Amino acid sequence: MKNNPSHHRRKPSPRGADHGKAVTGPLQPGAVAPNFELNSTPDQKVDLIHFRGRPVILAFYPADWSPVCGDQLGLYNEILPEFNKHAAQLIGISVDGSWCHTAYAQSRKLHFPLLADFEPKGAVARLYGVYDADLGECKRALFVIDRDGIIRWSYVSPTGVNPGADGILRALESLDDKKELAHA
Amino acid sequence: MRNEIESPSLSMPVSDSRDHIQGAHTAPVTLVEYGDYQCPYCREAYAVLGKLMPKLGDTARLVFRNFPLTQMHPYAEHAAEAAEAAGAQGKFWEMHDILYERQDALDDESLLSYAGEIGLDAERFQLEFSQHKYVDRIREDFQSGIRSGVNGTPTFFINGRRYDGPLDVRSMAEAATLATPPHHGPRPSKHHRPSA
Repeated sequence: MKNNPSHHRRKPSPRGADHGKAVTGPLQPGAVAPNFELNSTPDQKVDLIHFRGRPVILAFYPADWSPVCGDQLGLYNEILPEFNKHAAQLIGISVDGSWCHTAYAQSRKLHFPLLADFEPKGAVARLYGVYDADLGECKRALFVIDRDGIIRWSYVSPTGVNPGADGILRALESLDDKKELAHA
Repeated sequence: MRNEIESPSLSMPVSDSRDHIQGAHTAPVTLVEYGDYQCPYCREAYAVLGKLMPKLGDTARLVFRNFPLTQMHPYAEHAAEAAEAAGAQGKFWEMHDILYERQDALDDESLLSYAGEIGLDAERFQLEFSQHKYVDRIREDFQSGIRSGVNGTPTFFINGRRYDGPLDVRSMAEAATLATPPHHGPRPSKHHRPSA
């Protein structure tokens, strides 16, 4: 086994931030979620406002066809029943076109809409502060929006790290708690 | 509400009575794998672990929990059930190994033949397998994985912290060494003593 002196221990990296690079970060909790309308298929559009009254999970991701199984969207697809328990709608967004999304969703048997932030490229990702202009892709970013259209949780994943679903579920549970308090 | 995810950690502690554990129960390092028997990356990890675990020796033990991605992998759930049914007869790891070694044949008929091959009570295996007796346990594994920040298969936790590094022997051995409490760690040699 290799000798690993303590001064070689890796320090934890800053969480969820592009230090020194981003001018404006992702929209923060408390902000109104900007409305948008994007194509989910070549002939169908999805308008965020239609989901008012139920929580929405926006999952921005870099690209379709990532070469791993059990990737972020595949994972979310497996745990849709968990999101459904909170009546939450999951929406994936990338800069891929709607034909590409259609093929990808069919291939991976995804049961939630993928929206094409395609023209003008990345416009919605920019609105939410999660566009990577160097790569020309959305960052891997999550937003949980409440029933009234207010962002309640957001997170940008460090490059190359798939964020999992635990943060989303905690955020949805917190929304449910608040709803119960409001009705108490 | 917090705007960050704490570095993900295992939400369901390793249990000597519940979990499938390979290696010394007193080992200072515990690797927990959340895996899917039909996932090719898990099979690659299986090969890595085959080299890694002997290298780590008594310092590490391995735990396997089920995380079948059933939408993507139609055979994964039944394969997990077969492994659990084998586990009920004390042969979890024998079935686990055979499933990864023959990942291209995970249909029910093959699973039954593997049960015979590793010497299980065929009648009991067949009954429990057809009754889906271990589905709840597999769901429990899966739920604990989601809660712990499993983000695909395979996902490893080393002493409770999610390991996001490369899945190769060297990187994982280094991570295991870093996770080893100091009094269990390798003693620095005289020539490489870290300066104060």
